[in-house]
Amino acid sequence: MTSATIAGPHEVLRAQTRWHWSEIAFWLATLLPFVLTPTYLVLGSQIAITALFALSLDLILGFSGIVSLGHAAYFGVGAYTAGLLSTWGWGEPLTGLAAAALAAGLFGYLTSFIIARFRHLALIMITLGIGLVLQEAANSASWLTGGFDGLQGIHTWPIFGALRFDLYGYTAYGYALAGLFVIFLVARRLIHSPFGLALRGIRENNQRMAAIGAPTRAHIRTIYTIAAIIAGIAGAMLAQTTETVSLEALGFQRSADVLVMLILGGTGRLYGGLIGAAVYMVARDQFSGLNPQYWYFWIGVLLIAVVMLLPNGILGGLSLLARRAKAMS
Amino acid sequence: MSEYALAARGLNKSFGSLVVAADVALSLPAGVRYALIGPNGAGKTTLINLMTGMLQPDAGSIFLGDDDITALAPNQRVRRGLVRTFQINSLFPHLTALESVTLAVCERRRVAETWWRPLTAYRDEIDEAHGILSSLTLAPVCHRLTRELAYGQQRLVEIALALATRPKVLLLDEPAAGVPREESRELFAAIAGLSRDITVLFIEHDMDLVFRFASRVIVLVGGRVLVEGTPGEIAADPRVRAVYLGKARHEVIS
Repeated sequence: MTSATIAGPHEVLRAQTRWHWSEIAFWLATLLPFVLTPTYLVLGSQIAITALFALSLDLILGFSGIVSLGHAAYFGVGAYTAGLLSTWGWGEPLTGLAAAALAAGLFGYLTSFIIARFRHLALIMITLGIGLVLQEAANSASWLTGGFDGLQGIHTWPIFGALRFDLYGYTAYGYALAGLFVIFLVARRLIHSPFGLALRGIRENNQRMAAIGAPTRAHIRTIYTIAAIIAGIAGAMLAQTTETVSLEALGFQRSADVLVMLILGGTGRLYGGLIGAAVYMVARDQFSGLNPQYWYFWIGVLLIAVVMLLPNGILGGLSLLARRAKAMS
Repeated sequence: MSEYALAARGLNKSFGSLVVAADVALSLPAGVRYALIGPNGAGKTTLINLMTGMLQPDAGSIFLGDDDITALAPNQRVRRGLVRTFQINSLFPHLTALESVTLAVCERRRVAETWWRPLTAYRDEIDEAHGILSSLTLAPVCHRLTRELAYGQQRLVEIALALATRPKVLLLDEPAAGVPREESRELFAAIAGLSRDITVLFIEHDMDLVFRFASRVIVLVGGRVLVEGTPGEIAADPRVRAVYLGKARHEVIS
C-alpha cells in the first residue's frame, strides 16, 4: 500500500516527460521536404529558422508569462554578429553561431535587469522600446551595419569545410533543421526541469512565487538570457544561409510576426511556435503567389479565423480534439 | 538568542490620511498559537503584509529571532522562515497540487535554478511534497490541476505550500475563509496538529475557532493593539466587549 502510493507520483510525473508518438512523427515529417518538395528547401530553411526564433519567444512568453514586442532585437544582434564576422573574413558557420549566441546572450543579460522588474502591459512598452532603440542605433551606425542598404559581402564557408551551401537550399535546410532540433532538445529538457516548473509558477502567479521564497527576478533574468541566446542563434542562421542582413532582421515587423506565429500555433506547448511558423510562412508564400498585392488581407482572415475557432491556437484545438476523441472511445 | 520567534517594534503605516498601523508592537514567543482578531478594517491583513515585506512600513522594525529583517525582500524573509498564506486563494491554477508543492520544496532546497536535470530526478523533493499533501489529506487529488480542486481543498493547498517552505513562523490570513463550518474545523485541526517548532499566528473571525485553537489572542482596532492576553482574559475584557458590542454581540463569548 505505502509503496504503491509512493511510486505513484513519480510515475505520473515521468509519464509527462516521455516522448509521445506524435512528436516522433513530427520530427520525421520535417525530413519529408528533402524528397517531396525539393524546390521549396530555401523556404523550408527559413521556416526552420523562424520556428527556432518562435521557440525562443515561447520560453519567455508561453512558459514564463513575459510578454515581448521587441524580441527581434536579439535575433538582429545574432544576425549582425554572424554577418559582420563573415564580412571581416571569418565565414566559418559554427563558430559564427557561437559568437552570435554570445553577443545576443550578453545583450539579453543586460536588458534582463530591466525586464525582470516589470510585468504585463509595462513589458510591452519596454520591449518595444528596446527594439526601436536598437533598430535606430543600427540604422545610424551605417559605417558598421550598412544602414538601410543592409550588410553586404557575407560569405558563409562550407560546414565542417565540406558541406557547401548550395543554390537549392539542401545544405541550408539541413543546417537549419539540425540547429532547430538540437536546441529544441535543450528547450524540452529545460521545460521538464525544476527550473521549468519554477517558470510555470512565475507565469501562473508571480506574487505567490515570492511567498514560497522564490527569487523570481533571478529566474526571469536567467530565462530571458537563454531566450536571447536562442533568438541570436536563429538570427545568425538566417544571416549565414541567406548571406545578407538588413535592418528588417531586428525590426518591429519581425517581432510582431513571431508573436503572431506563436499565438497561431499555441503558446506554452514547445511545438506551438514550430507549427505556427510553418503554417504562417507557407500561407504567406501561397497567398503572395495568388495575389501579390493583397496577401496581407488573407493573412488577416487567417488570424481572425484561428483565434475565433481555436482560442488556444492550432495545437490547443488539436489537443481538445484528441481529448474529445479519447472521451468518446 | 531572543526568546521571541517574531517581534515587531513601533510599526507605523499610513495610506494618505488613513492610518492602518499605529505603533504596533508584538512579541510572539516560539511555539505559541496566536489569534489576531479585530473588526473589519482594523488592519489585520495589513499587519501580515508589513511583517512579510509585501508592504514597507513608514517606521518601525521587524525581528525574526534576533535578526532585523525590516529591509529584506519578501522572498528573503520566506527563506529565513517567515511564511504566510493568503485570505483569498493565491495559488498556481494550472499546476497540479503535487507540482505546486514540489515547486515550493525545490525553491527551499535551492534546486529550482537547475535547468539541465529533469524534475523526475529529484525523487526526495517529490516524496517530501507528496508527504505534505498526504498529511493534509490531499494525496488522492494531488495530480489534479489546482483550479479543479474543491474550494476547501484549495485552502489546504495554501497551507501545504507554506509548510513546504519549512516555516519557523507561519502567518495564516483567515485560513478557513469561505470554507463551510464543518470543514473549517477539520482545517483548524490540521493547523493544531502542526509541529510545535512552528509559531503560528492566524486571523480568524469565528470566535469558537479562536477560543478553541489559540493559546493567546491579540485584539487589533484601528491599526492599534488594543489588548493581548489569554482567550479567557480577552473574553472578560470590557474594552474588547465595547469594540464588538453592537457589531457582533453574539460572537463574543462571555
